[in-house]
Parts: sequence; C-alpha cells; structure tokens
Amino acid sequence: MDILSLFIVVPVLTILALVFTKGLKQARIVSMIGSFVQLGMAINLVFAYFKEKAINDNIMVFTKDLVWFKQFNIHYNIGVDGISVALLLLTSIVVLAGVFISWKMKDLPKEFFVSLIVLSSGVYGFFISLDLFTMFVFFEIAVIPMYLLIGIWGSGPKEYSAMKLTLMLMGASAVLLVGILGIYFNSNADGGELTFSIMEIAKVNIPFEAQKLFFPITFIGFAVIGALFPFHTWSPDGHASAPTAVSMLHAGVLMKLGGYGVFRVAMFLLPEGAMHWSWFFIILAATGVIYGAFSAIKQTDLKYINAYSSVSHLGMVLFALLMLNKTSWNGAILQSLSHGFMTALFFALIGMIYGRTHTRDVTKLGGLLKVIPFISAIYVIAGLASLGLPGFSGFVAEMNIFVGAFEHEDMFYRIATIISVSAIVVTAVYILRVVGIMLMGPVKNPEFLNLEKVTWYEKTGILLLLIPIVGMGVAPLWLSNMILKSLEPFIQGVL
Amino acid sequence: MNFSSFLLMRHEILLLAIILLLLIGEIFINSNKKSSIVHLAIFLFGIHTAIGFLAIEESSLFGGMFRTNNLIHFFKNVLNIGVFILLLQSADWLQEKIVTQNRGSEFFILLFSSLLGMYFMISSGDFLMFYLGLELSTLPVAAMAAFETTKRKSSEAGIKLILSAAMASGVSLFGISMLYATSGSIYFNDIIEVISSTNLTILGFILFFAGLSFKISLVPFHFWTADVYEGAPISVASYLSVISKGAAVFIMMILLFTVLKPLMHVWENIIYVIALATMFIGNLFALRQQNMKRFLAFSSIAQAGFILLGLITGTQLGTATIVYFVMIYIFSNLAAFGVVQAISLKTGKENMSDYEGLYRTNPNLSLVMMLALFSLAGIPPVAGFFGKFFLFTAAASKGYYLLVFLAVVNVTISLYYYLLVIRAMFLRRSENAIPYFKNKLYMRLGLLITVIGILVIGLYSPLYEYIYELSSIFN
Repeated sequence: MDILSLFIVVPVLTILALVFTKGLKQARIVSMIGSFVQLGMAINLVFAYFKEKAINDNIMVFTKDLVWFKQFNIHYNIGVDGISVALLLLTSIVVLAGVFISWKMKDLPKEFFVSLIVLSSGVYGFFISLDLFTMFVFFEIAVIPMYLLIGIWGSGPKEYSAMKLTLMLMGASAVLLVGILGIYFNSNADGGELTFSIMEIAKVNIPFEAQKLFFPITFIGFAVIGALFPFHTWSPDGHASAPTAVSMLHAGVLMKLGGYGVFRVAMFLLPEGAMHWSWFFIILAATGVIYGAFSAIKQTDLKYINAYSSVSHLGMVLFALLMLNKTSWNGAILQSLSHGFMTALFFALIGMIYGRTHTRDVTKLGGLLKVIPFISAIYVIAGLASLGLPGFSGFVAEMNIFVGAFEHEDMFYRIATIISVSAIVVTAVYILRVVGIMLMGPVKNPEFLNLEKVTWYEKTGILLLLIPIVGMGVAPLWLSNMILKSLEPFIQGVL
Repeated sequence: MNFSSFLLMRHEILLLAIILLLLIGEIFINSNKKSSIVHLAIFLFGIHTAIGFLAIEESSLFGGMFRTNNLIHFFKNVLNIGVFILLLQSADWLQEKIVTQNRGSEFFILLFSSLLGMYFMISSGDFLMFYLGLELSTLPVAAMAAFETTKRKSSEAGIKLILSAAMASGVSLFGISMLYATSGSIYFNDIIEVISSTNLTILGFILFFAGLSFKISLVPFHFWTADVYEGAPISVASYLSVISKGAAVFIMMILLFTVLKPLMHVWENIIYVIALATMFIGNLFALRQQNMKRFLAFSSIAQAGFILLGLITGTQLGTATIVYFVMIYIFSNLAAFGVVQAISLKTGKENMSDYEGLYRTNPNLSLVMMLALFSLAGIPPVAGFFGKFFLFTAAASKGYYLLVFLAVVNVTISLYYYLLVIRAMFLRRSENAIPYFKNKLYMRLGLLITVIGILVIGLYSPLYEYIYELSSIFN
C-alpha cells in the first residue's frame, strides 16, 4: 500500500470498525485511534516528502496511477506536492481535535463519528487527487455528510441551515461538473486523448474561447465552498447551527477545498481564462473581505462573528489567488492553513463557552477571564492570531498576501488591495470588542461563578490547534519554503 | 430453420413454460398450503434468471421479425434481475393479501406475460412484432394495477392506465402506418435504407414517438403516472416505474439509433425540448408530494428526463451510458419502492410524515432508503452518481453544454426533495414513529440485492466497460 492511498484506507477502516462499536465510549476510542493514525501518517508524510523531494524533482511525488474507467480515461491518480502535504497535515490535526472536542457526544454517537470520518475521508481524497473525476467524487463525499451532521446534531434552525448549506454546495458542485466536462472535452486540443488528469491537461493549450467560457464556471463551482461573495450565505447559517466539531471541520478544512480547487484546477488548467476574468472576481473577493469584516462587527452571536470573520479571511485567500503572483499565492496557502487552525480553535472555544454558559450571545457574557481563565486566555491568543499579530500564523500569511498584491502597479489592483487591507483594521475592531465585552469586565451572571473547569480532552484539543498557530508564526520558513518550491511550476504554467 | 435456432428465443420459451407450469401447478397445490405458489414462482423465476446468463448467439428468426444480440440479451438479463428482486419484495404482500383470495397464480401469470411482451418488444425486428410486444407488455399491467379490487383507487388506476395506454398504442400505431406508407415496409432493415425526411415520415415518427413516450412517461405524456402509481399496488407501481420504463427506454434507443437515425436532425431537437420539460416538470411537481408513491412517481418522471440526455447523442457512448444508467436506476428505484412496500405492508402508512423518526426505530430500513435516494439523486460513491455523470458526459460530448447545465440545476432541485425524505427519517423525532419491525426473509433478500447493486455497480468499472463493448453495434 502506498503512503497516500492509506489516507483513504485508514478512514474507511475506521468507519468499518465504528460500525461494530456500541455506545459512546467505544465509538470515541475507535475514532480517536483512527484520527491519531491519520495524524501520524500526515506527520510522517511531511518528512517523507522532504526526503523524496531531495532525490525526485517531479512536481508531484508519491504518484500512483491506476486506470478506473477506461473509456472515459478516468484514473485513480494520486500524488502530492508541498501544498497538498501542508493541507493534509491541517486536516489530520483538525479532525483529531474535533474528535476530542466531541468527547461527550450524547446523541447517536456512532453515527456522529461515522459521518465525521466520512467527511474527513472526502477531504483527504480531494487533496491527494490528481484526476478531475476522482477529485469531484471526493468533493461530493466531503459535502454530503454535512447535511446529517448539522441536521441531526446541530442547534437552532438546524434543518433550515443544513438544507441551505447542502443545496448551495451541491448546486455549486453541479456547476463545477459542467466546468469539469468543459475542461475534459477540450483536453485533446493539442491532438492527444481526452483526459481527466490534471497534470496532463496542464500541458495542453486549451483554446482561449473555451477558457473564457469555462473558467468562471469552474471558479464559481469551487469558490462557493470557499465562501465567495455573494455565494457565502450558506456559511454563517451553517456554522451557527452546526455542532462544535462540525463547525471546526467545516471552517477549518472544508472551506479550504474551495481555494485549493480554484488554485489547482481553475487557475492551473485555465490560466488565460484566469487572466481574462481576474478583475471581475477580484471585485467579488475584495467585497467579500470587507463585507465579511463589517458584518462580523454587527453580530452578537459568537458563532456568527466567527462565521463572518471566515468569510472575510477566505475572501482574502481568493483575493490573493487572483493576484496571480508567487508572493501572494504563498500568502494564500499560508492564510488557508493559518485560518484553518485558528478558526477551528475559535469554534472549539466557542463550543466550550457555550457548553458551560448555555449562551453564545456576547452581550450576556462577561468577565469570563476570571471564571474560566484557561479558555479565555486561549481565546485571546486565537483572537490576536486572527487579527494578524506578528508571532502568530495570521501575520505571516497576510503579510505575504498584501506584499504580493502590491507588486501590481496597475491602479485597479492597488485600489482593490487598499480596500482589502483596510479589513485588517475592522478585524481588530470585532475581535477586540468581543474580547473586551466577553472576557474582561465584571461577571454578569452569578451562575457563571461555578462554571466547570476545563477537562483534559478539551485541553488536548486546544493544544493540538494552538501548537501549529504559534509554530507557523515563529518558524514559518520551512513551511513557506515547502510551499514556494511547489508553486514554481504553477507560476511557470500560469504566468 | 431447425430446432437449435429456437434457442435464440430461450428467454421467451422458458418464461412461457414457467407461465404454463404455474397454471398447472395451482391445480395440484394443496389448499392448505396455498402460499407455496409464491415459493414456486420465485424458485422457477430464479432458475430462469440464472439460465439467462448463459451465452447466446447473435442472429434473427422468422425472416427478421425476431432478432437478438448480446446487448439485447444483456438487457433481458437486467430486466430479469429487476423482476426477480420485485418478486422477492412483493412475496409478503402476495402471501398475505393475494394468495388468500386464491389469486396468486393470476398475478404471476399477468406479470410474466407482461415481461414476455417486453422480451418480444426489445427483440423485435419489425414494427409488427414491436407492436405485439408493446401491447402484450401493457395490457396485463392494467389488470395488475386494478388488482386490489376492494380498493377504489386501485380500480381507478387500472381504468386510467388502460385508457391512456390504449390511446397511446393507437397513436403509435397510426404513426407506424404512416412510416409504412412512406417506406413500403415494416421491417427495420428495409426501412433504414429508404427512410428520408419527408413531411409524412416526420409526422409518422412524431406520432410513433408520442406513443412510446407514454410508456416512459415523458412530459407531456406523463399525466397518468402519478395517479396510477398511487392507486396501484406498490409492486405494480414499482414494476411500471422500473421494468416497464426500462424496457421502453431500451427499445426507443434501439429504434432511434438504427431505424430512425436518418431523422436525427428532427429527433435531436424534439428530445432536447422534451428532456428539459420532463426534468423540470418531474422535479418541480415532486417537491410538494406527501404520498411516497406519488413522490417516487414524479421522481421517476424526472429520472426519465435525465435518460434523454444520453438518448440525444445517438452514439455508442450514449447507448452504453443509457443501458448503464437504466441498470442503476432499476436497482435504486427498486430499493426505494422496496422500503415503501415493507413499511406499507406492516403499517399501511405511505406518507412522508409517517417516516419521521424512522431511523431511531428502524435503522436498517432507513439506511437502505438513504442509499437508494442518494443513488437517485446522484451522490457519490453510490452508483447513481456514476450513471448520471456518464450521461452528462455523453451529452457534453456532443456539445450540449447548456442542456447539461440545466440538467445539473435539476439535479440540485431533485436533491432537495430527496433530502426531505432523509430529513423525515433521520433529522426528525416523532412520538408515533413507526415501531421496530422485522422483515421476512424474502423482503430482506430483495433489499439486500438492491443495496449490493447500488454499492457495487458504480465502483466496479469492468461492468461499464462490458456494456460499452456490447454497445459497439451502434458505432
């Protein structure tokens, strides 16, 4: 078994094992072991990747290519570069943290963990796929469990949110299907065979007319899950209704599929289309950045604040990708990672606060730093990382994005960049406002005085997420190098 | 012509033998053990299905009236499997409700006669045989639809079906006569050589097409569908939506891709419009259905619209994707109808709201239903996804991107109402949820086969490759 296929095999085995478990205790142990193995594999993959890269100069390493449907030239084709390795690591950490956070899942625990692992297997598969068809299959596998996860274990208007989220994402994937078919039927433009293989198609000069037509379709298909304005509306409702672990996975990992897909498929395969359309999507992305930030200011529900903050931060990812240069692309990937850890941490903390105080309304909370100091302190750290304080991951990412974006001398790009940069200030406003109201000040409710102390599994979950945030901020170079090297071929392909 | 050439009609002869055996068998069955007719029928049909898989020669009989080739043979096997599953799923219903009225053999004879008609229809080499097959496949179903004589709705369904079917056959026959008038022959092979797009031919084709569309329940020939499905016994509704529709799609494909190929510039446009109308109307009407049978009726109308995306291509790719999709559709829809059947038989409940909280009481049934609905909606990794993806690929290969786009819009609409059922089963809790019950062996077997089909057909690619090779006759 090759090192990458294990990323699909292990979740499948975990699911099979889960089917035979009884009760919460067995289910959570099995899922924890499965996710632990995944994390081990992801860490191992990082080292193996560096080792392999030293002797192997291919763009993708650890590739494997098996024919699946011969007539359509569909392959089970997998491989990774530095970007996918980093995202796999992110996924495995967030999933494990998610399992710890769901330690006390009371209702239908087996089904909950099965859905969670199905979701993660879709995400893993998506990141390792080098075949458009396989990628699409995994994309849908990752999305559909969300319906059950939010619908069964969620809170508030969960049926509405689950339906809205599923329909919007599946609708987007349906649009994406047209884009993929368009790319497929133009993949023989140079006289070769029709193929779904990303690396093969990248060598083909797809006619400009086709690129112009299919780039926006493919871009929107992926970007909806990356919360592109105005298709972001599924995200705040979905986050707010989802149970904690699902919000974490959803914001931390699932939304990254959008940026990754845009980068790996839409831009890599349709570069001229990307150039042609970039101005239009830059406007949308920049609007999303600003709009998300301002919306977050007005919210009082903690989850909504973070959901809108995600819209803003992921808008930045799309914005950076559309800048089409190396520095900002590096920033985009770093931002994806940083946002993944940070938001997952935020949602974990919000879940803990909600579990203790039974409210997510900022105005009703106060003085939490005095009663649950550990959670509150981490919340402050996560907030500071989110607003881009040096020393944390967010700073490195945003720095790269805006330096890259400012390399364009064109007036339009400059203005768009300036508008987006200003969102950082707004971010500071809503983060510090929450910190001020919720954590500082007097304890508003006497019941808060005897809140439960933080438990070991919660601490483990938090630490799992906190370490990479600080790690990325303090020592970003190895990661940044790994990503930059993997960006080279894309730069050559696109520019 | 010697005896061995009759082996080409192996399917037909065997099925006829089974019909006769059942007829005679009923006389000898002890009146205390009346239900053994069900076991006997399932046993005999099981053998028939198994024998069907033996290889067969490609040739024709009766001067070209009857022909067979590997693709037709394969499709007969698919129909056999479908009917076999259907028999397993309806065994309990037959034992409890029908055999007690001494009408067990009647049901099987009608069912098998109808299947026999389908065999003849898809094997036909001329319009006479085709028409005989069409009639033989439709008339018994009308009797079956009215089988629950004590229920008014069932009789209504029977009358509705027979009236619309008679009308459709008449229209179809009128079209055939016009085709005969312009080409001077009813043999497919002769017609191919002389057919041209004169006005009369096109009119003949349109009338013929309308008659056949009725069987597939394409919009605007779908009005009978929901009422008949609702009134008829579930087994019969299931048979109509799966087997009957599958066979009609198959023969329509054969005729369009061979005999009527010279008229492609005409039927391309017709199918384009009908595909859109069928998908949109089927899906939009399905949104508000509460009765599970009506719900599945509209869902199956919409599915027929998707099949047209393969039909519009007229190529080997189109053929392969249609056969593949129909096969998947048979398994998925039978699974869905099977669950409805099981629940209806135990509790008499057929509404979506009755399914609330089903997962907590009957997890296995709910999971089967979920798989079936995911397959119908086209969600990976179950088979329906592959079927739909390939159909869309076939349509896109001809450059119909707009049609594909509108089709995927429809997939999203359809997902909504499929999720409504899943919402009822999984998300909702209910005080008076259907209590836990255990299905009998036949039903469990029937559901198990469908589940295996749904899970395996998509992921197991050699099957598609096999179908693709069989389809080379349309290259």
